[in-house]
Amino acid sequence: MESLISTIAAPSGGWRRAVVRSVARPSSRFVVLRLDVEDRVPHLPGQHYVVRLRAEDGYTASRSYSVASTPADDAVEMCVERLIDGEVSSFLADVVVVGDELEVRGPIGGWFVWDGSSAVLAIGGGTGVVPLVSMLRHANQQGTRGAVCLVAAARSLAELPYGDEILAGCNVLALSRVTSPSGRPPGRITVADLQPHTRDGQGFYVCGSAGFAETATRLLVDLGIPTTAVRVERFGPTR
Amino acid sequence: MTTTRGFVRRREADPRLPPGQYDVGADWPVLTAEVTPSLATAAWSIAVDGHVAAPTTWTWDQAHALPQSEYRGDIHCVTTWSKLGTWFGGVRVDVLLAAAVPLPSAGFVMATSATGYTTNLSLDDLRGGKAWIAWSHEGTPLSPGHGGPARLLVPHLYFWKSAKWITRLTLMDHDEPGFWERNGYHDRGDPWLEQRYTGD
Repeated sequence: MESLISTIAAPSGGWRRAVVRSVARPSSRFVVLRLDVEDRVPHLPGQHYVVRLRAEDGYTASRSYSVASTPADDAVEMCVERLIDGEVSSFLADVVVVGDELEVRGPIGGWFVWDGSSAVLAIGGGTGVVPLVSMLRHANQQGTRGAVCLVAAARSLAELPYGDEILAGCNVLALSRVTSPSGRPPGRITVADLQPHTRDGQGFYVCGSAGFAETATRLLVDLGIPTTAVRVERFGPTR
Repeated sequence: MTTTRGFVRRREADPRLPPGQYDVGADWPVLTAEVTPSLATAAWSIAVDGHVAAPTTWTWDQAHALPQSEYRGDIHCVTTWSKLGTWFGGVRVDVLLAAAVPLPSAGFVMATSATGYTTNLSLDDLRGGKAWIAWSHEGTPLSPGHGGPARLLVPHLYFWKSAKWITRLTLMDHDEPGFWERNGYHDRGDPWLEQRYTGD
């Protein structure tokens, strides 16, 4: 992994005031927040922000969320999955309204980032697609549609944020419980989902739960992809 | 700082939790930036080199023949989860250092994993009963996802300092950033001071 390091100068920012510009709930599982961030430092696709909530007694709770929007977007968009007992996610999903102020910090992360110059095979499970959607949108905006191929895995479309957006392009929907719109039969992600989209010189990005990331990286290793070409972002509990 | 409209504390404060951390309970998240390596114990070794009088490498069996030690307490991840009241088995880094004999010039250490992952520490953060090479967790062998066969364990710092799949401790006469330290994270990572990111 050393060879890939320090090829990208990653920006970072301190704590900022953010105002909620819009709140959308594409399904009961997800909330999409668009934030106006004061003195925003532009991010690179793949980076994340920390959102910090502060109670009257000074107690704080913070969590990291990947950015779905592009550097050129004037708002920072994040898609948050409501977790059972999720202290921050349930607050963002259920309480936050337009005009609310949040403390945010970012962009953060110099590893799981894409500078827009290379071809990418991005593999995401569930909300793991969020940073990859930023890459996809960025490719489209800079006129290199096709540079990013996204393989998105979920049980069904309802459990996948940005499903409609992912349906376009060279992307693959690997749905385990139902037939995909492309006609792909139900089933977990396999080598056959990835192989047609791999080529020389590509960068590989895997984002999802620990279990998903383990499965997806194994498939890449089985395909003979060098581990040094694979960047992984894992999140969530061990289960 | 302004308060967040409608946000209230749900949980009682636990004095074991550093600021901004939450108790993850029985869970233990896996957060790694790379492919999990498959590393047989027969192929694993731990080396202490660099600014030492006697660079030394221990095989799996040799390391297990050293005096064993346990850590019982808490661990804290920069992503804000903490795991409280857990325990690990392994060998104290002090034991390895005693054999390798740090030179007076040594003040810093680069920890290197089988994957090439690196993290930097001050030598003082690895000395004095504060750090281990750990190969078991709560009585069972450390799984590959959690850094098995062996990981560095530095529980008083954020857990990215506890390098998984540890194979080498290189003593240095100067500080040098490791992997996350070059990628936006704090040089030392003390959870009680919330040293999460560069500049904290």
